[in-house]
Amino acid sequence: MNINSLLKDNFSLLRNSKGCLFCFKIYNLYMIKKACKPITKDAETHSPMSRNRQKLLFLGIIFVFVFFGSFSVGRYPVPPWDVLKIIINELIPLEQTWNDQMSLVVLNIRLPRVIAAALIGCALSTAGGIYQGMFKNPMVSPDILGSSAGAGFGAALGILCAFGYYGISISAFIFGLIAVIVAVAAASRFRSNVTLGLVLAGIMIGSLFQACTSFIKLVADPTDELPAITYWLMGSLASIRIYDLQMLLPVMLVGLIPLFFLRWRLNVITLSEEEARSLGVNTKRIRILVILCATLVTAASVAVSGMIGWVGLVIPHFARKLVGCDYKILLPAIMLIGGSFLMVVDNVARTLTTSEVPIGILTAFIGAPFFLYLILQGGKKRL
Amino acid sequence: MSIEVKNLCFSYYPGQEVLKGLSFTAEIGEMVYILGPNGVGKSTLFRCLLGQAALSGGEVRICGKNAADYTPSQLAAKMAYIPQVGLPSFNYSVREMAVMGRTVHLSPFASPSSEDYRITDEVLRRLGIEALADRGIEEISGGERQLMLIARALVQQSQILIMDEPTANLDYGNQIRVQARMKKLVDEGLLILQSSHNPQHALLFADKVIALKNGQIVAVGSPLEVITEENLYLLYGLRVKKLGNLLVPDIEAV
Repeated sequence: MNINSLLKDNFSLLRNSKGCLFCFKIYNLYMIKKACKPITKDAETHSPMSRNRQKLLFLGIIFVFVFFGSFSVGRYPVPPWDVLKIIINELIPLEQTWNDQMSLVVLNIRLPRVIAAALIGCALSTAGGIYQGMFKNPMVSPDILGSSAGAGFGAALGILCAFGYYGISISAFIFGLIAVIVAVAAASRFRSNVTLGLVLAGIMIGSLFQACTSFIKLVADPTDELPAITYWLMGSLASIRIYDLQMLLPVMLVGLIPLFFLRWRLNVITLSEEEARSLGVNTKRIRILVILCATLVTAASVAVSGMIGWVGLVIPHFARKLVGCDYKILLPAIMLIGGSFLMVVDNVARTLTTSEVPIGILTAFIGAPFFLYLILQGGKKRL
Repeated sequence: MSIEVKNLCFSYYPGQEVLKGLSFTAEIGEMVYILGPNGVGKSTLFRCLLGQAALSGGEVRICGKNAADYTPSQLAAKMAYIPQVGLPSFNYSVREMAVMGRTVHLSPFASPSSEDYRITDEVLRRLGIEALADRGIEEISGGERQLMLIARALVQQSQILIMDEPTANLDYGNQIRVQARMKKLVDEGLLILQSSHNPQHALLFADKVIALKNGQIVAVGSPLEVITEENLYLLYGLRVKKLGNLLVPDIEAV
């Protein structure tokens, strides 16, 4: 099937707000078609590795389309062609065919928001996918070690103490890190099974911080502070500006790049402890590195966007169905799908009703049934 | 001497020794069976050999060097471990699983190259499971899964294989097929050290048998020397008739 021609035919459809959803539909169709295709014997041309590379390429194309498509979607629609020209105009001056309001919307409001959605979707899915491997449990999500609960408490505290916009983000980030550090320190006292120790300590720290958040809600002023805390905890990308990215981007890169290059070795730590060590892997060192990177990106995401659940749990599952379990291919797939997914959901969040719908509510609405669907499909063979 | 164990002692808690002064040697070209009742410390012995448990006395020498002086990856280059067949949490394909044996030959941030995949495919062909390469491990039989784990150890290219009851969960036919395949690998220049609950297999395939009881070696030597009616009674408390190469338990006396 010629993907490019298919996408080209449908590019015109991208002009309206449902364009991105449509894009998602196309690639679902494409995957279903792939799945239905009988496995042919000509292994030279259709080896699973080259097939997976094709899938990655396709996911990459989807990502780029969703990325640019997202700029034109919203209460104030901007035609995709003008979006492209406005962005290019920043690098090479072009003849102006758009009005200044369009340029303001695209560059000042949507650009940071779309990039943040891509980064956060990518980060949460990556952290989830990697934790699932490390804890040898596909039910694990990125907040397993309590980072989200810690960050939530930090933000609530920041709102209560009127720290201001930056203060709230920084407080959330710091408490997210503290939660994980405490959980890891507690787990290192655990004698036998390190993984189990981490899970138990994470649950303990998570519920402790949730209790603290509840306490802050109790004492918060019900006219302004309490709604602010509640709204923050629901998660939203509405207030993100370009200077948020200046904080977010470096932290994300520091966390994601090591994980990306370490990805093949992550396969080995999904095996039993004895196996991994006898294959020559220093499991302790790799575990510390993974926790460090995943915590960094999760805490940074939560600090900027609030609680966005389900992404880190559902996307890795979906990616595994698509390309298999080998992290060499799986991790790039998770990153691309996670980024595309959150951009699409954020587009829905800002177009669904006249006021913003918190994105955390939407990811739960979409994520939970989708996850159920994936589980019920569990018996299906590898693609 | 490939494996040299001298007066090895191990205890989880001071004063409660699990292994009490074991000494034995094993060389390339030998299939060594370790027999003994449940809980005698066979798995603990393996953890000591693999450098994953701190000895409380004695030493383990691998290829002439103290095992404690190796880094994990150096040791992995000499010695591969094959766990009991179980299902991992994720459904890797046979090739993906087998290529993990290359870990020790790759830098931490590298992915396997096409050369690594070529080596893997060659090993799969050698073991006769190349047709399964792209199948998920949840979709193949236990015997095939065991062969896949052996393939991973061969891809690792270490000459010593440590196997924890490699054929315990397999059906009768697969037990014999896998053991026979392992015997062939030993003849091609490997050392396999395996724990087993089947003295009959040891009689058929072993070059050397080590019998453990209460954390001590009660007998070591050729299968014919070690697997006697007296030793079997000592190990398992069972009256067994030995008719040539055949062991027949006396059911009446149980």
